[in-house]
Amino acid sequence: MRLLLRRLFFYAVTAFVAITLDFLIPHLVPGDPVQAVIASKAGAIPPRATESLYAQFGINVHEGLWSQYLHYWNMILHGNLGLSLSQYPATVGTVIRSALFWTIGLVGIATVISFILGTLIGALVAWRRGSMLEGILPISTFFQAMPYFFLATLLLLFFATDVHWFPDHGGYKFETHTIGVNLPFIRDALYHSVLPALTIVGASLAGWILGMRNMMVTVRDEDYVLLAEAAVLPKRRVIWYAARNAILPSVSSFALALSFVVSGSLLTEIVFSYPGIGNVLYQAVIGEDYPLVQGIFLIITFVVLAANLLADLVYAFLDPRTRQEV
Amino acid sequence: MAATVSDMAEAPVGGNPPVTVRRGRVLRLPRSKKILFGLGLLALFVLWAIIGPWLAPYDPAQIVISTSQKPSAHHWLGQTQLGQDIWSQFLVGARPTLIVSFLAGAIATVLSIVIGITAGYVGGWIDDLLSMIANVFLVLPALPLLIVIGSFLPKGESASDFLIGAVIALTGWAWGARVLRAQSLSLRNRDFVEAARISGERTWRVITFEIVPNLIAILAASFVFTVLYAIGTYVALGFLGVLDPASNWSWGSVMFDATQGQAVASGYWWWYLPPGLAIALLGTSLALINFGIDEFINPRLRAAGLSRKAAKRRGTVRQRPQLGFTPVVRRRAVADGDVVSNRRLTGDVL
Repeated sequence: MRLLLRRLFFYAVTAFVAITLDFLIPHLVPGDPVQAVIASKAGAIPPRATESLYAQFGINVHEGLWSQYLHYWNMILHGNLGLSLSQYPATVGTVIRSALFWTIGLVGIATVISFILGTLIGALVAWRRGSMLEGILPISTFFQAMPYFFLATLLLLFFATDVHWFPDHGGYKFETHTIGVNLPFIRDALYHSVLPALTIVGASLAGWILGMRNMMVTVRDEDYVLLAEAAVLPKRRVIWYAARNAILPSVSSFALALSFVVSGSLLTEIVFSYPGIGNVLYQAVIGEDYPLVQGIFLIITFVVLAANLLADLVYAFLDPRTRQEV
Repeated sequence: MAATVSDMAEAPVGGNPPVTVRRGRVLRLPRSKKILFGLGLLALFVLWAIIGPWLAPYDPAQIVISTSQKPSAHHWLGQTQLGQDIWSQFLVGARPTLIVSFLAGAIATVLSIVIGITAGYVGGWIDDLLSMIANVFLVLPALPLLIVIGSFLPKGESASDFLIGAVIALTGWAWGARVLRAQSLSLRNRDFVEAARISGERTWRVITFEIVPNLIAILAASFVFTVLYAIGTYVALGFLGVLDPASNWSWGSVMFDATQGQAVASGYWWWYLPPGLAIALLGTSLALINFGIDEFINPRLRAAGLSRKAAKRRGTVRQRPQLGFTPVVRRRAVADGDVVSNRRLTGDVL
């Protein structure tokens, strides 16, 4: 319990840092790109909106940095992330909300598949060391060294533009399906998510394989594994005993991995024009939509923190030592 | 950098095992096939980065009007929609990619040394604070943060390679710092460090002359890892169009242009395949080096990498303890459970 509270405190600090960074970065940059962009869109945006944007970025406002900062916090606490420049009059919140659902679904499913598959392969490779199975390591490393968006492009090229097995863009066929809990839509959405998910799994698999394999190799030499083998327990059970301990570092390195996976899936979405956050981010960067870029950073941070909290709970469940601590 | 890499790659290896063994520690690292292959590949890329811009037939920004975008005798990889030569962009792209990523790796490593070792060695509330900072940076999603920073950076020439490298390093130091902290925490109480401290050495001296030399292998691994991370990040920033596509010629920016030019839909594979493969190969070379360093640090992994045949050929003793057939006989009265398990153990083995 105490551990959980400590983690919660840590995540609160992280969220605080993220929000502060989000506020500070535009203020630290010399010159004023924001003002230029807002000025260039003055025709499309009514003066009232321009004023509120100026307030958000502290332009032409005769306030100190501190009171601007407080004002910014006030906005965030009211769930207000500002106005989108490129999709005016939509607010940043509405633009993100419709996209977030797609990304969480895609990244969530792909990460779980990748974690389970990678851990299984890693355990197997470690157990059969010196066998042909070790050939998996360099191959998966090559896949991992490939940028996500390049792997995505290759899959797109081979399976969508060449042979048309899978759709080459979008999250579902919006001409024929409506979003909701109905079977045709779910089936179509899954069909559209195969290639993006395959990209994420392919690119992130090597990390899990390697982590599990290295831990397995280390654990394999422990006395209790030797004992289990000596007692001629069924091989499957011996592997199970070893794997239960070897998996712990994989779970605890989830935080680091997730940050990578999220970054990678943003890029994947762009290649497949998937209707998720990544695509919105891409449009925001190209359209110089600063409030949207900042809002996406905050939202992604919050989601990653929530996922980490979940990983912490799983870890506490798996490793009794963390529960007893202090 | 180039010199050391090629020196290491050309170092005499293999051949006569006893000689190599006697030469000792310096040559042990490059003997691994993975490291050799990785270093060789990396050396090629370094060479490419040095001479690439001279080989480029055109200025990457130069616009040449021609009738078709497709590859021709004048434009080996075709042209962008604007009429720029892609082959030249591809050749020029190695330099910024390597410079930025190695710069980011170097800055991040220095940061992680300063923060990680200070935290581990000094301890106390300083450790708590520094660890907290490192963990915060580990959890913050790096790419979105970099996109926020990058999109506010001034566009054009002023967004120098150095600035970008430094910003990437800012998000990439935490992992190394955490590893170094853990290591120096365990080194802190070793006798030789204790001795140095008692004999009145200053803290910075103990750190630089007693602690750091023992962390070289881990430092190398962390450096390579960070460079790998920096390559991925830099390329991703280019691909997203965060770096000004009009003045930046990294491979990521070439792929940004390709996406904007509908290269996949048009079947212009020569536009995006070469830079993508180059990035993947560069990444693989670094990953292989890291593999090798990992095996250097952790001998268990080294033995694991050998096949049975290779181990026999080399005469290395596989480290796995083998089961003996010595019968265990205990007559002493012990707790019931122990006797049972002992009996079962010996019985099963025999």
